Amino acid sequence: MMHKLNGRLRLLTASAALAMVMAATAPAFAETPKDTLVEAFAIDDVISMDPGEAFELTAAEITGNTYSMLVRLDINDTTKVVGDLADSWTVSDDGLTYTFKLKPGLKFASGNPVTAADVAWSFERAVKLDKSPAFILTQFGLNGENVTEKAKATDDTTFVFTVDQPYAPSFVLNCLTATVGAVLDKKLVLENVKPVTPTDEYKFDNDFGNEWLKTGYAGSGPFKLREWRANEVIVLERNENYYGEQAKLARVIYRHMKESSGQRLALEAGDIDVARNLEPGDFDAVSKNADLATTNAPKGTVYYISLNQKNANLAKPEVREAFKYLVDYDAIGSTLIKGIGEIHQSFLPKGVLGALDENPYKFDVAKAKELLAKAGLADGFTVTMDVRNGQPVTGIAESFQQTLGQAGVKLEIIPGDGKQTLTKYRARNHDMYIGQWGMDYFDPNSNAETFTANPDNSDEGKNKTLAWRNAWDVPELTKKTKDALLERDSAKRAETYKELQKTVLGESPFVIIFQQTEVAGYRGNVKGLKLGPSFDTNFVAGISKE
Amino acid sequence: MGGRRRARPAKIMGAVLRFLVIVVTTYLGLLAVTFFIGRVIPIDPVLAVLGDRAPTHVVERTREAMGLNLPLYQQFFIYVRQALTGDFGISVLTTNPVMTDIRRVFPATMELATLGTLIGAIFGVPLGVLAAVKRGSIADQIVRVIGLVGYSVPIFWLALLSLLVFYARLKWVAYPGRIDIVFEYTFTPITGFYLFDALWQRQWDVLWDVFRHIILPASLLGYFSLAYISRMTRSFMLNELQQEYIVAARAKGLSETRIIWGHALRNAAVPLVTVIALSYAGLLEGSVLTETVFAWPGLGLYITNSLQNADMNAVLGGTIVIGSVFIGINLLSDLLYRTLDPRTRQR
Repeated sequence: MMHKLNGRLRLLTASAALAMVMAATAPAFAETPKDTLVEAFAIDDVISMDPGEAFELTAAEITGNTYSMLVRLDINDTTKVVGDLADSWTVSDDGLTYTFKLKPGLKFASGNPVTAADVAWSFERAVKLDKSPAFILTQFGLNGENVTEKAKATDDTTFVFTVDQPYAPSFVLNCLTATVGAVLDKKLVLENVKPVTPTDEYKFDNDFGNEWLKTGYAGSGPFKLREWRANEVIVLERNENYYGEQAKLARVIYRHMKESSGQRLALEAGDIDVARNLEPGDFDAVSKNADLATTNAPKGTVYYISLNQKNANLAKPEVREAFKYLVDYDAIGSTLIKGIGEIHQSFLPKGVLGALDENPYKFDVAKAKELLAKAGLADGFTVTMDVRNGQPVTGIAESFQQTLGQAGVKLEIIPGDGKQTLTKYRARNHDMYIGQWGMDYFDPNSNAETFTANPDNSDEGKNKTLAWRNAWDVPELTKKTKDALLERDSAKRAETYKELQKTVLGESPFVIIFQQTEVAGYRGNVKGLKLGPSFDTNFVAGISKE
Repeated sequence: MGGRRRARPAKIMGAVLRFLVIVVTTYLGLLAVTFFIGRVIPIDPVLAVLGDRAPTHVVERTREAMGLNLPLYQQFFIYVRQALTGDFGISVLTTNPVMTDIRRVFPATMELATLGTLIGAIFGVPLGVLAAVKRGSIADQIVRVIGLVGYSVPIFWLALLSLLVFYARLKWVAYPGRIDIVFEYTFTPITGFYLFDALWQRQWDVLWDVFRHIILPASLLGYFSLAYISRMTRSFMLNELQQEYIVAARAKGLSETRIIWGHALRNAAVPLVTVIALSYAGLLEGSVLTETVFAWPGLGLYITNSLQNADMNAVLGGTIVIGSVFIGINLLSDLLYRTLDPRTRQR
């Protein structure tokens, strides 16, 4: 019997060896199908594909490609908007009523007609569901009771939106470009609602299709969402019913790949068409490869270091200013964030209405020492900073540690997981924190509200803005930020934001370092790939392959 | 079969009962430890569900809905009660019920682990035997070096290196993942074991593609279990070859092949089964690093992702599955042990 086993073992060994030899001689077919774009992308942030709920960057890109909104950012001038489903719109003289006229003959991917009733219902459902992005709409005075009055269809192609204060029209329209304003196929979603028992917190008897839409699709964009499998893949297919120019490719596949080096390998081998998460080293290598090309676009995200004002040393104005002189901006810009970011010291990213484009601070130890001496801290002090694992923040923190040391300040870095450092930050238990802030919607108020408004600085404060998290108590700035919303003259409104940015540059506990640049490496046969100014404008419809 | 003394029913009952008590306490302990560790890590679970940008009232509502306002012991009680009815909750990350996710990711890990263990055993056992028989020779030294490298080199490094060589340079194998994107929508897996499914459906091009994807990670895992199995085989064999029955066999004039493979290995096989089974169980946990490097959508990657995102339902569900695998395999190797070694049957 053992002889037999021995024989079988030999056979198995031999066949295993044979298999290896076969693998060795196999031809490598490394090409993606002609009508399909394959992108490698870290898609692990997605938790829902429901436009009324999704608030993550990857989901924004998918919603931007698969749904239509009333209005869109003008890609050529991002301080303006253009119509998407809306043909035209008017604002009443009192600034409270917005009337949108839809383009005629529009259809959803399902074939159902797009009517003003769909628009009104999409607003209603987003407000009633009241998930994370709903505040973008509810900040105009909408709530579960009044939404059907304030956002309603007066006929098949007319949608009327009423706001509670005479806001700047640019603010209202910019907010409507956000993905929470996506128009949903009412008829299709209603076929997929799930009944729920109303409670005190949620007063409605159904889920407005939320559960189904987490992975489902009911839109009218150039692509339709065929499938999302968490941490694996997102598949888009061309929507033949799209009202505008048809997408050039039949299919776009986002394949989850987290590692920059892995993306680079797969791109070089031709197994993917686009690599989306390249780190500086790999990006550099890709840009030098003759078979590959690269593109980039500044995004609405800024990286900053913040100083908790609960710490007595960090609360001194001279210390706040000194720390702004202690960042080696040039070194960071030319190495750590090379290609993926650009030094930018104001809280409004370039491209947004009113953005200030000046970087007055330079690395200057002598000046910083002088300021520290004035604060009575000539001998320095010790302070901690919570840093999440990963680049570029870890690199920047280490650089800062070294430059602070030159002025006698001893920085202890406390490394941690992203959600762990964030939990501590949100509880205001940090000394210093390094993080980033991305815009919730493409309007200056999105960043102004978090950097310069702090309505209640007590520990019980409900509004956990960045100013609150760092205990920066600024009642005047809070008021000024609020007032800017009601300035209907765009030029004057822009001016107010410039003043706010100058104040933050000079006095705030925020050391803003750079604005993120999104990069992509792609195969040479991919044409028309362009990254947009925001995450929901990374359009894929114009991409073709040779 | 049939030992000299028949086991009395009471004794069997006692054994079954003892086994049940062990299983139940193991599970409870497993659940309690994982649950409480999950609650003391300084990560707000609501943050995992909603992200940083959710307004305060949404955060509070979600905290309430997740039952996080209740005292810890109540949360644990509710969790155990639901788990008993087979409800392990919803994964935050994927929005699916945890068990649905695990049913999807576990076959991926199992396929990889099975192939890895097969490779490890097929090459490891003969190498170990060789090293024992030619003790002190060059062959022995080579096997020792192979084992030493397998023991001491970090697997992710070897994985990245092999990817660079066999995928990027030589283009022998396919890129990270389980199956090529081309087949993603033409091939419908039935069991979740792709090699088997492709074979069953006679989709030869799919089979070839799946093979090109699995062979590198499986070989790596195989190499690491080979290192372990060959070392153990060698020491078991050395032990057997010194026994008197070997001398007796030689005196009888049996061929050396027969002595080594038929007698010594047969006896060494008994403890070897446990070694192989345990190494298999280890691989079934999901080898996190290998799965990460090869973008292998298996259990290890699933649990790691969940842990990093404070997705505790998924982590707890995964822990229970791993626990079950360990208990199951231990039981199985125990049974095999009894079958292979007649002495244990009579005790």
